[in-house]
Amino acid sequence: MILTYIGIFLVSVGVLFLFLGALGIVRMPDVYTRLQAGTKATTLGALGTIIGVGLIQPEWFWKTLIIAIFIAISNPISSHALARGSYKSGIKPFLKDDDGIDTYADVEDEEVDR
Amino acid sequence: MSRFLFTFLILFVAWLGFTTSLHPQELITGAVVSLIIAFVAFKTFTDFGLSFFHPQKIFNIIKFIAVFLVALIKSNFDVARRVVLPSLPINPGIVTYKTELKSDTAKVFLANAITLTPGTLSIDVIGDELFIHWIDVISTDPEVIFNEIGADFEKILKEIFE
Repeated sequence: MILTYIGIFLVSVGVLFLFLGALGIVRMPDVYTRLQAGTKATTLGALGTIIGVGLIQPEWFWKTLIIAIFIAISNPISSHALARGSYKSGIKPFLKDDDGIDTYADVEDEEVDR
Repeated sequence: MSRFLFTFLILFVAWLGFTTSLHPQELITGAVVSLIIAFVAFKTFTDFGLSFFHPQKIFNIIKFIAVFLVALIKSNFDVARRVVLPSLPINPGIVTYKTELKSDTAKVFLANAITLTPGTLSIDVIGDELFIHWIDVISTDPEVIFNEIGADFEKILKEIFE
């Protein structure tokens, strides 16, 4: 019984963070900052909802745990691939003022292609 | 051989987690499938083999997961705060982070951990340099960057993988 309540709590927190992630995607100025909001908030959101479901239905718990581990590993990798792909296709990051720093711009393309 | 056994064990435990049943049919199918996949994939799957189950390493892995979960929750509140505040307090930029880690696996875990911790997103790894999109660049001094972004993970990962 107590597990059900913890599960419901986790699912609610997860849904809240998923919502904040979506809000971040609307409000942020460029693709990289949107990825920041997208990856972080959706990781905790997805972990919360999935493990919460596992606690509400205890016989699913181990399955949900394995799915959560896969998400925790694959989510940052996909966001890295999206960020790197956007940069290589020529999207410059949004910088607040002229002296904003972007060290990746100095990297030669051949170096990146290794 | 030890690498093969390690791969087999990890795959078999994953199988047990998915089926959640100790019925002999399930166990035999899982063992056969794990054996085949382990035989094909063990060379790329791990560099360590069974020595990975050394208690000291297990302890460090648990410590890493704990530090990581705390950082993940902190980063979510951080992002939530930035998203909700009407002034949208961001000052983004891309900085270079020099890592002291040597092994490739350790770098993968470091980059993943950095992506999921407050305000940072790894874009690329070239040699020992990580390029990191930082949502709020507070300094361009390499020392500060190192301590702010990844010093905690670096220590633990060094003990696990090196």
